[in-house]
Amino acid sequence: MSEANRIRAEFHNVLGNFTLNAAFEVPARGITALFGPSGCGKTTVLRCIAGLIRVKDGYFDIDGEIWQDPDQTFIPTYRRPLGYVFQEASLFPHLSVRRNLLFGAPPEKPADRPAIDFDEVVDLLGIRPLLDRSPRNLSGGERQRVGIGRALLTQPKLLLMDEPLSALDRKTKGEILPFIEELRDHFSLPIFYITHDIAEIERLADNMVLLDKGHLVACARLSELQSDPSSPLATSREAAVTLRGVVTACDPKFGLSSVSVPGAVLIAPPPPATGAIGEPRRLRVLASDVSLAREKPARSSILNVLPARVVAMKALDGYEVLAVVALGEQGDGARLLSRMTLKSWTELGLAEGQNVFAQVKYVSLNAGRGTDTPTHPVK
Amino acid sequence: METLAHLWPPVRLTLELASITTLTLLVIATPLAWWLAHSKAKGKEIVATIVSLPMVLPPTVLGFYILIAIGPDGPGGWVASLWGARTLAFTFTGLVIGSVIAALPTVVQPIRNAFQAVGDRPLEAAATLRASPWQAFWRVALPLASPGFLSGAVLGFSHTVGNFGVVLMIGGNIPGRTRVMSTAIFDYVETMRWQEANILAGGMVVFAFVVILSMILIEKRFAGARV
Amino acid sequence: MKVRMISAAFGLLLAALAAPAQAGQTHVAVAANFNEPAREIAELFKKKTGHKAILITGASGAFYTQITHGAPFEVFLSADEERPRLAIENGFAVPDSRFTYAIGKLVLWSRVVDVTNGEEALKTGNFRKLSIANPASAPYGAAAVETMKALGVWDAIERKLVQGNSIAQAFQFIDTRNAELGFIALAQLYGVKGGTRWIVPEKLHSAIRQDAVLLKKGADHEVSKAFLAFLRGPEARAVIERFGYGIE
Repeated sequence: MSEANRIRAEFHNVLGNFTLNAAFEVPARGITALFGPSGCGKTTVLRCIAGLIRVKDGYFDIDGEIWQDPDQTFIPTYRRPLGYVFQEASLFPHLSVRRNLLFGAPPEKPADRPAIDFDEVVDLLGIRPLLDRSPRNLSGGERQRVGIGRALLTQPKLLLMDEPLSALDRKTKGEILPFIEELRDHFSLPIFYITHDIAEIERLADNMVLLDKGHLVACARLSELQSDPSSPLATSREAAVTLRGVVTACDPKFGLSSVSVPGAVLIAPPPPATGAIGEPRRLRVLASDVSLAREKPARSSILNVLPARVVAMKALDGYEVLAVVALGEQGDGARLLSRMTLKSWTELGLAEGQNVFAQVKYVSLNAGRGTDTPTHPVK
Repeated sequence: METLAHLWPPVRLTLELASITTLTLLVIATPLAWWLAHSKAKGKEIVATIVSLPMVLPPTVLGFYILIAIGPDGPGGWVASLWGARTLAFTFTGLVIGSVIAALPTVVQPIRNAFQAVGDRPLEAAATLRASPWQAFWRVALPLASPGFLSGAVLGFSHTVGNFGVVLMIGGNIPGRTRVMSTAIFDYVETMRWQEANILAGGMVVFAFVVILSMILIEKRFAGARV
Repeated sequence: MKVRMISAAFGLLLAALAAPAQAGQTHVAVAANFNEPAREIAELFKKKTGHKAILITGASGAFYTQITHGAPFEVFLSADEERPRLAIENGFAVPDSRFTYAIGKLVLWSRVVDVTNGEEALKTGNFRKLSIANPASAPYGAAAVETMKALGVWDAIERKLVQGNSIAQAFQFIDTRNAELGFIALAQLYGVKGGTRWIVPEKLHSAIRQDAVLLKKGADHEVSKAFLAFLRGPEARAVIERFGYGIE
């Protein structure tokens, strides 16, 4: 059994040609993303957690409550306190939106956790005007929001989401992502989230489970995986880190905000909405947007020049090098990735343990509710 | 017209027979159709084929086998002995049994197809929404499959109204008891009583038309969502 | 060489075409109860003349209706005398071609009750269902009713009756023991083992004359006429008697 506030899952099985062999443990808080190439078993794992697939040799518990174990216990799906959001909503066409939402709502509120209120969910997801309509007349985005609401109103202890946005077009995705962020922030509900879109992960995830061909590749906090040079995330061309910070100041004159992250304060556009000081924000920094300098540049158009320390290095193909630097003079802050040529690394005489200055050319600020802000150069 | 008065019993019997047979079939066919739609058992299609047999066998052949089965040499005889009778042949109960067997495939097929069209996903969704398998069946599968039930009911009802061969074989054509419209018409034709034959036959056609049309219209209206 | 092959093929073709011209066929509607003897007679007919009598078995009533609506029968062997008479009267059959080919013997048969003394069995009434053919359309059924009235048991038995639409069905009800006993044609018991029987005395019912007639469709058809002639001949009569019918 895992400790309190943790989730443990273990599934070993052969289903046809596919061997599933995954065991991981994550906190029972925040969003855990399940990620990997097509066919790696992410949906299979989710369905096993839900009990939709019954594996002979499987274990799952959440915060001490065992849902199945290899010996005897197997709680069937309909008795597991979970919510499941399918890729295509799967609303019941013969019921109105309101009846769909209330389909799985229990008569009594749960005793051991805060109740999820109907009006709260409806307002959060913006579906009040849809309540008396038939699911047949809704758009894909509307259906998905109702599907999320329906799952939430079952008062779950765990929310499972299987690529909830992948069937939607880009614009709709952009509209719903903020709702999911709200989910994470508003309800204290652990969420397992499957996606193949790395941008969604960077925006939403706190933890990550990486799968490949049915096997577990890695399971760690997102930031750890992103800055682990041995993980495929870090070595990819679009490698980036997600930093979590708090807004400390605004500069309306130049349209900028200051966001404090462990080890540094970054300046990023655009200014947050009024009253955002003290609010959490996520920042995304691409490896290819970070360059390193041995001395602080005297005058540079780059605003974010941050003291840091090199903590790791990995040689890549094509005469490139990936460096991992930790912010702060002691090198104990948040980590950034920096991608540079082998020539630069060699000629600068860079090495692990060295203090450097990280120059961050582009910072992307996730502005919370509302549309995503495009990447802006901050020079 | 005194002819009309003695035409009523076959009509009444036919209506009773068709209604009871249809209701019985809806109850029997539903779990069968469900199993056929969802089971992964290996013998499933063999069972499906057996269920379809009554559609393929000539009615007189089917009627003959049913006659033996409901007679004193078959299980029907044993059932009849429970209330002191020798056989279920020549009884209304025997007719119901025969009609149920004969119309079984016409009711099972559309219901099975409807369940298959519903698929697994709505049921999985229902399970994740706290519905036990039984609740998922009643609240999701059944309403979504309702067009299939309507089809099955219409087909079963009209099949029974038109059932001639089986009814003839096992009914004994007893007036007031087993003489239904189809066999009565046959009788009148055999004995050259054309007027009565025409009245009954015409009535059957009109009735069947009205029933089927109204069920189709109901099905169309029902296709909208319940709010 | 080629010419020889072609003429050989041509000769074969001619021979094949010529054959049917010599061996004819006729369509005979046969009352259900006469099915078995009819088949033997047809076999003998074929052996003797080379012609084929195609037998269609069924209820005489249904046949009559079909005949009046253009059914392709050339000869009609009915279970009664009424329908052939009507056929001639309504212009569907050739006048003067009607004759009685068999006289039916009514028998009471049971697989359940001992009917060796039929009169007593009927009077005792120790049964729930008695099977007869529909009296309105089958002469054996009508004869059964006459018999029961003559014996004075009609009132008691009437509500225990079940009617088969044909004599064959009446037989089936008794054979499957759904009806404990019933009246059928003696001819139907040919080759049937088991059960007990009582041949009904002829004085208890009007004679069941089974008449044959040449239908209009067979009026100028040599094979049809030949079949009817054969039916009156000694070979056929022997068969008919053997099967339990009387002959004139």
